[in-house]
This record gives sequence, structure tokens and C-alpha cells, in this order.
Amino acid sequence: MQSRPIALTILDILSVISIGVATYFALVFAPTELFMGQVQRVFYFHVGTAWVGMLGFILAAVAGVIYLINKDMKWDRFEVAAVEISTMFFFITIVLGSIWARPAWNTWWTWDPRLTTAAITELIYIAYFMLRAGIEDPEKRARFGAVYTLLGGISVPITFMAIRLFRTIHPVVVGNESAAAEGGFSMTGDMVTAMLVAFAAFTIIFIDLLWHRIRIGGLQEKVEQLKLKISM
Amino acid sequence: MESIPDTSGYMIAGYVIAFLTMGIHVLSLYIRNKNLRRDLEMLESLDTEKK
Repeated sequence: MQSRPIALTILDILSVISIGVATYFALVFAPTELFMGQVQRVFYFHVGTAWVGMLGFILAAVAGVIYLINKDMKWDRFEVAAVEISTMFFFITIVLGSIWARPAWNTWWTWDPRLTTAAITELIYIAYFMLRAGIEDPEKRARFGAVYTLLGGISVPITFMAIRLFRTIHPVVVGNESAAAEGGFSMTGDMVTAMLVAFAAFTIIFIDLLWHRIRIGGLQEKVEQLKLKISM
Repeated sequence: MESIPDTSGYMIAGYVIAFLTMGIHVLSLYIRNKNLRRDLEMLESLDTEKK
């Protein structure tokens, strides 16, 4: 049976440490924002999870392209893993954004370009699993999945650019924000540090979870092959 | 001077949901891995018996 690589165990330990460090930087190290108060602290996990969410969707699209070229199932496993982990992280991004919006915008949700494109992106990747669940043939499932992630990947740059291209109330962290933006704040040096720590921590956790999920995909494939072999 | 608004309840809710979501996902990975390993072991022993 496949034993767990030492590097993966080290990555597990690093992930636990990094989530602890990121939480400390977000909740203790970063100063309290004067206009919004403590709720601004969700910002660090909001941007950290958004980063790995979008990264995973892009990686899934790249894996989809590689699969379509060489038809190697390991890229299908990578693609599924990346989509699953990113869908989970992007869900956290949307929920944290909504929680922040309540005191900042006085509403849980508004159909602003950024919020709408983010919600559409999340729904696209939830539908990806529904599509895969409906196809029994592994090769057909992988092919359809690859094309889907390739097309779905287009929603990522649209979501990222929405606050830079359209008139939106969502604040912009990097670059110029829309005149209609509400709830923006000037980041102090310590806030930038906390944000960068969150980026690093979520990247480590993302790689760790991705590796675990890819290994589960490999096990699933082995089980399916053995079932087929025994039934014949 | 205006005082800082008390929005700590929202912050706590945000972090609870974030950790809960990640925790559920990690638990789901652990359970899937455990079940698949059990299935694999069983199928391998069946395959050996068949031979």
C-alpha cells in the first residue's frame, strides 16, 4: 500500500503552524481599523482565501489543457483536486466578504459587479462536480471536465478585473478604486505584513490540501480498476 | 472624537465560519482516504483469493 511521503507530513505540520501564525497576525499583530473596528480583520483571510481560490481555478484550467494534449489521467486528478480545494476556499472568501459588508455597507449582499462575478465563478465550479457526477466513462468525464475548467477559467480574470473595470462599491487593495467604492481603507505597514503572511499561509495550506486530494484521486482510480478486474 | 464601532461579533462569526469550513473539508478528506484504503485492502485480498 502507498505510504505517506515525509515531505507531505512536513507540509501538514507547516500548514498547521502557518494557519496559527496567519491567525495571530490577523487578530493580534494587525492594528484595529478606526472606522470599521474589529470586522476589518476578516480582510486578511478574505484576500488570502481569494488568492488560493483563483490560483486553483487557473491551475485547473492549465491541467485541463495538458490533459487534452496528452490524455494522461494524472492531470485529471490534479484538475479535480484543484477545483475542489479552490471551491472550498472561494466559498470562505464570499462568506467573509458578506460578513464584512453587513457593517461596512449595511447589507449582507448587493448585486455589485465584483460580488456577482464572484458568485457566478463559485456556481460554475459547483456545477463542474454535477457535470462529472453525471458521466460514468472515466475518459469522457476527464475530457468534458478539462474543457469545462478551460471555459470556467475565463470567469477568474473577469472576477479579478471587475473592480478595476466597472463602477463598483467593492474596495481595491492594489491599484485605483472606483469613485463609488465604499469601505476602503489605507493599509498601514503592519496591515500589509498581516496580509502577506495570510497570502503565504494560505498558499502552503493550498499545496498541502491539493497533494492530499490528488492522492485520494489516485486511490479512487485504483479501487475502480480493481473492482473492474474482480467483476470480470 | 468618534469611538471605534463594536463589530467584533461579525469578526468572530467570520473566523468561526472560515475555520469550520476548512475543518469540515479536512475531515472529509480524512474520511474519504480512510474508506478508500479499507476498500482497496478488501479488493486486494479478494483479488488474491481469486488467483
